[in-house]
Amino acid sequence: MKLTSEVVARVAQLARLRLLPEELNQLTIELQSILQYMDKLREIDTSEIEPFTQAVYSSNAFRDDLVTNDPNTDAILANAPATAKTFFKVPKIIE
Amino acid sequence: MNLFSLTIHEASDKLRKREVSSQELTEAVFQRVAETDGLIRSYITLCREAAIAQAKEADERLKREAPSSPLLGIPVALKDNLLTQGLRTTCASRILDNFISPYDSTVVAKVRSAGAVITGKTNLDEFAMGSSAENSAFFPTRNPWHLERVPGGSSGGSAASVAADQCIAALGTDTGGSIRQPAAFCGIVGLKPTYGRVSRYGVIAFASSMDQVGPMTKDVRDCALLLEAISGHDPADSTSVNCPVPSYSKSLTGDIAGLRLGVPKEYFTSGLQWTVDEAVTDAIRQLEKCGAIIEEVSLPHAEYAMAVYYIIATAEASSNLARYDGMRYGHRAAGRDLAETYMLTRAEGFGPEVKRRIMLGTYALSAGYYDEYYLKAQKVRTLVCRDFDTAFKHCDAIVTPTSPSTAFKMGEKIQNPLQMYLSDICTISINLAGVPAISVPCGLDREGLPIGMQVIGKHFDEPTILRVAYAYEQQTEWHRKKPALSHA
Repeated sequence: MKLTSEVVARVAQLARLRLLPEELNQLTIELQSILQYMDKLREIDTSEIEPFTQAVYSSNAFRDDLVTNDPNTDAILANAPATAKTFFKVPKIIE
Repeated sequence: MNLFSLTIHEASDKLRKREVSSQELTEAVFQRVAETDGLIRSYITLCREAAIAQAKEADERLKREAPSSPLLGIPVALKDNLLTQGLRTTCASRILDNFISPYDSTVVAKVRSAGAVITGKTNLDEFAMGSSAENSAFFPTRNPWHLERVPGGSSGGSAASVAADQCIAALGTDTGGSIRQPAAFCGIVGLKPTYGRVSRYGVIAFASSMDQVGPMTKDVRDCALLLEAISGHDPADSTSVNCPVPSYSKSLTGDIAGLRLGVPKEYFTSGLQWTVDEAVTDAIRQLEKCGAIIEEVSLPHAEYAMAVYYIIATAEASSNLARYDGMRYGHRAAGRDLAETYMLTRAEGFGPEVKRRIMLGTYALSAGYYDEYYLKAQKVRTLVCRDFDTAFKHCDAIVTPTSPSTAFKMGEKIQNPLQMYLSDICTISINLAGVPAISVPCGLDREGLPIGMQVIGKHFDEPTILRVAYAYEQQTEWHRKKPALSHA
């Protein structure tokens, strides 16, 4: 199957990645050759095979809904690109 | 004997006998770093001051009490994708350039409470995506055995730091071979534990169904000691398994008589560098001399593992890396609106390989391609797992090369992603199946570059692979060989 740069551009939009035109072209070529290699999987009949879920069996891990970490507001906010009081400051999300 | 050359067990012994202090040991290690890291560049962040303080504290504890852990006072390096409270944790990415972790990962908390001295944070391929440490956003690390060669990846900084004696031991992470392949390239020991054996809490996620933290050490005994210190159930990681941690060092008996070792023919194909083939074949003969029973086994789906891995790992990565949106931490670009801020933040913050994998993973998960790629890969993953189940009915452990070649040249594969991916061909099936595996040095090629042998075990059977690796190590001198570092 031929991968088009339109498909790659749509995937970049889904992945929230702004690509320069030369990056888009380069990725189209690279992804095409990687996907071609992946096509190897078609050689195997998997119609009767269950998809993998986990390597080591474990049932769901439940715990009480309790706060166990220390409040560390200053350390957490210290990493934020922008803050106001004890909040993260983010771009407007509703027009 | 230089103090920095010591292993954990040798140094711990000297600390106990008060022949040397942790402060002396730590200062010797930092002296070594000062002499060698200008060229090798194992470390992204060094914490000399804090380390000396930790060493002094360890010395006080050693005066007061009999040490409860062999790690007390031992300088250990950490891969820079392990969260360390109050310390910069970058994952070798621009997007986390200035990130100071507000908490410790469980593995780091464990080595800290054992009294280890943290030397610093080591270089890696950005977000652990790569096989050469060249994908670091900051600088590549060089192989101490040959400065024009890569140290392997992604835990290239940890491997190089252990090989160059810039720490006594290190922690790495392994999603597709990222501990074992650099261990092989740098002539050290590295172990990828069973999935669920070691907590992933506070380990920056790449592919969550395969990521594991493990030891990178100068010999097998150290590997057992460090593994014991980091293993165990953690309620903060819902995939960590609640089963007892055995005393791994007790499995180092040197006796492997009657043990059945499987050799899968699929791993000894024409793609193998002949010197690697020869060294691993010799090593298998050595194991046979020690009384092991060698049997041919088959892992028929081995040839599909690469395709399966690069679909599943990238799909998981595309999902895990969605969190880097520039809102709560990390780099934020100046966009005109929210959508553009996201797009530019990620475009500026991620390097080319990370973008490539996010794109591949997003594609494999997107509408119209999900069944064809992601679901198909998960079905073939079931077959890869069954291969191991079947093989382990006939043997107790499996022996293979760790990598098809020795350390390749810097720049040799960086332009060809598929070629780079293929350098993981011997290690990725192990992560798909969640089984444990260790790499031990088993020779040098004609250019003097280290070769690694991989021993693969059943789920939670780390004791057997450590036993095999130790028995082999007892018979050989490969683990004692050191890079000359003459041009460093």
